[in-house]
Amino acid sequence: MKVKSPLEVYQLLPKTNCGECGEPTCMAFASKLINRDAKLEDCIPLVKEDEEGYNKLAELLAPEVKEITIGVGERAVKIGGDDVLYRHQLTFFNPTALFYDVWDTMDMDELKERVSEIENFRKFYVGEFLTLDGIAIRSVSGDPEKFKETVKEVVEITDLPLVLCSFDPSVLKAGMEVASDRNPLIYGANKENWKEVLELVMKYDVPVTLCSFGDLNLLKSMAITFRGAGVEKLVLDPGTFPSGEKLRETFHNFLKLRRGAILEGQKEIAYPLMGVPATAWLVYEDELSASYWEAVLASLMIVKYGDILILHGTQPHSLLAEVHIRETIYTDPRTPVQVEAGIREIGEPDENSPVFVTTNFALTYYTVESDLSSNGIDCYLAVVNTDGIGVEAAVAGGQLTAQKIKETLDEFDFSKLSHRTVVIPGLAARVQGELEDLTGLKVFVGPQDSGRIPGWMEKNWPPEK
Amino acid sequence: MPQEIDINELRELLKKLKVEALENVEIEGDVEVELEFPAGVSNSFSYAIGQELAQIAAHLLNISQFLGYPAWSLAERKELEEGQIPVAQQIPATLVEEEFSVGHITEWKNKIVEVTLGATSSDGGTRKHTITIGGETALPYYFDAPMPNPNRVTLDVFDMPIQLAKTVRVNYEDVMHDPGEWAKKAVKEFGADMITIHLISTDPSIKDTSPAEASKTVEEVLQAVDVPIVIGGSGNPQKDPDVLEKAAEVAEGERCLLASASFNLDYVKIGEVAKKYNHVVLAWTQIDLNSQKELNRKLMKQCGLERDQIIIDPTTAALGYGLDYAYTNMERIRIAGLMGDDELSFPISSGTTNAWGAREAWMVSSPLEDDSDWGPREFRGPLWEIITGLTLALAGCDLFMMMHPTSVQVLKELTNTLFGSVKGNDTEISDWITRLVS
Ligand code: SF4
Repeated sequence: MKVKSPLEVYQLLPKTNCGECGEPTCMAFASKLINRDAKLEDCIPLVKEDEEGYNKLAELLAPEVKEITIGVGERAVKIGGDDVLYRHQLTFFNPTALFYDVWDTMDMDELKERVSEIENFRKFYVGEFLTLDGIAIRSVSGDPEKFKETVKEVVEITDLPLVLCSFDPSVLKAGMEVASDRNPLIYGANKENWKEVLELVMKYDVPVTLCSFGDLNLLKSMAITFRGAGVEKLVLDPGTFPSGEKLRETFHNFLKLRRGAILEGQKEIAYPLMGVPATAWLVYEDELSASYWEAVLASLMIVKYGDILILHGTQPHSLLAEVHIRETIYTDPRTPVQVEAGIREIGEPDENSPVFVTTNFALTYYTVESDLSSNGIDCYLAVVNTDGIGVEAAVAGGQLTAQKIKETLDEFDFSKLSHRTVVIPGLAARVQGELEDLTGLKVFVGPQDSGRIPGWMEKNWPPEK
Repeated sequence: MPQEIDINELRELLKKLKVEALENVEIEGDVEVELEFPAGVSNSFSYAIGQELAQIAAHLLNISQFLGYPAWSLAERKELEEGQIPVAQQIPATLVEEEFSVGHITEWKNKIVEVTLGATSSDGGTRKHTITIGGETALPYYFDAPMPNPNRVTLDVFDMPIQLAKTVRVNYEDVMHDPGEWAKKAVKEFGADMITIHLISTDPSIKDTSPAEASKTVEEVLQAVDVPIVIGGSGNPQKDPDVLEKAAEVAEGERCLLASASFNLDYVKIGEVAKKYNHVVLAWTQIDLNSQKELNRKLMKQCGLERDQIIIDPTTAALGYGLDYAYTNMERIRIAGLMGDDELSFPISSGTTNAWGAREAWMVSSPLEDDSDWGPREFRGPLWEIITGLTLALAGCDLFMMMHPTSVQVLKELTNTLFGSVKGNDTEISDWITRLVS
């Protein structure tokens, strides 16, 4: 965005502190806008009464990298929209969209199964499920009819956003005939076919990927040409070379494009970037190597500036790594590391329920909390203030000591229990003795990973009298 | 070449095209308009009819094409003559030709310290090679400046058999009882640049091995392999300073990395020992940039360590378990160092093995029913270590403490590739859409 301080924004707001935006003052709203925590549309007076001011602010507040939507309805994904080069400077917006491929030479059963695998993949993480974003349909046969059939089938069985992949305009046209109401991303326009592809995306008003593998001059030229023709929903693919010197160059191209967009304000190339880690499968013959390298390329591009990726492997290990690294990079660094310390009740604990100890590091807390509640374990959870450091590191660093645990447990009234025991994390085993001495409680060492608490409970709970 | 276009059809098409230029133009009447395009809409013609009309002409050309009329021949004109105003067409005849370029970062003026580990006979040691890390003047692998030294990997060796994730253990089962053999295997078979010997048996709650006894293992490892080594304690803050002191003494002159000095133990002692016996200190803090600054400052001021005797470990959290904090902390430290903060401009080390603490790396299957199948853990573990390492490599990490051979191999291949030492391997990707089957 073009503005840096809330004051600049404030100047253009109505300055009446009317409160309609949900903020007490215009200044507070301005701060939120700068942090991209509020939408300009929420200032109703501005929208209604000051069109000029609104337009001006909207322009000033627009993200450096254009934001583009693929798909329709609830599952539509937004890509791009970033304002910074490093996540600590604000946060990255719109997590890298992960699209997995299907192709038009698959038989229908295979196709259905793969689509459902992609659609249904989920991995629990901190209170929510990590999922995949969409389907990239490749034309392998080169036959427009065949492609059309495949696209039609996919459209019927899933609401996921789509990328239609072919460099043959007649194939893309055929695909669009059955997917035009799904706002798919067209992949892609290149040096040879750009006119016909431009014509197609103009006709349907859908986003398009411009492909120029290894040649940023051409990529920029195409972007300017398309923009000049009024087409703004652009995605740039500078090519994903999967190995060797060209991989290094690929990395550089991503850096250059994003630096140009954000640091130098080069509007011409300020569009979302696409990576195709699927190209790893062109190099490595065995499935394991290919799936590893694809996950490696994907991670590289998620960390440094890829906004949408097309992937091929759906091996669980790669999917897990891919969704987690994306979450890592796109988690808002402004969210606090710590949860509040103290005693929590999980489920409906009674006098026979165990007392578990954990730290106030948000990730640890949410992991333990979900392991307990999703397994239906009614219990008390003593959350120790370790300055937001996880168990293992806090034991090593002295933030999780017997004394600290005691201080937390002091808040708890053990007289309401039928037992005088607590369960500490397996990774904090070394404080067991000291904690018993300090508190007079019987201290059990639980499993090293809270995912194993159910098994631990079977063996050890209730404790022998 | 007269063409007929029904006006309603035209309206529909214009709507779809979102033709801004035409927004203020009213086309009235339900009549059929007959437009006659002269062969080659000339520029002088468009000049004459005005820009707006020229645009309409261009749109119509465009539209007629959609309707299947052979309009391209009309739209394409030869060369533009000077001073003529081009027709604003929807689909241009040729690509605009532009060059792309981008500048370098000018704020990166400071150089990260170069630190050398190990000493050869000419420097009073017995190592065959030394290893130098650091020296960067840009973020890793960036085009702003070449990286002077490649990333390095040190493999973990323990002074007694320990519990390891099964996927890791199978690689070391035959050598776990012999740290020397373990170290050899790591270097010869798994490509370790260095060896980290962890003296965990010294922990009072494990075996309480004495510092003198433990230092024999250090000597053993120094004899077994000729790469530089890292010496680690057990993590017991009371005992580690003594253990490292003794180890530093027996390894005098070998320029080892002592792991580690931190605020939760007597870091002064470790710093002084390093100074006395000429080693390098690993300064460890817990994802806290300011305390990293303070520790580095104290090691220099209080213990008198030279700048090239410090490597920092700002803590590695595993993928899915706080890697976001570890990554950003490291990236901020490196950027601060490059921009001139000399309390942070040190090479960075990562305990990448922490990745194995993630349940995704070692558990047989997900403990949560609603998760999709996790697949075999043999495949997950190494990948978890790789992704944790590569993410930190991109933040500026120089040295990786690792465990699984496959992880080492892949991470090295990737970092060497980005570093620029892997040549060739041009893969044709222009036809990836069709070439990639099954
Ligand atoms: S709605 Fe607009 S005018 Fe009212 S307080 Fe919010 S920012 Fe100010």
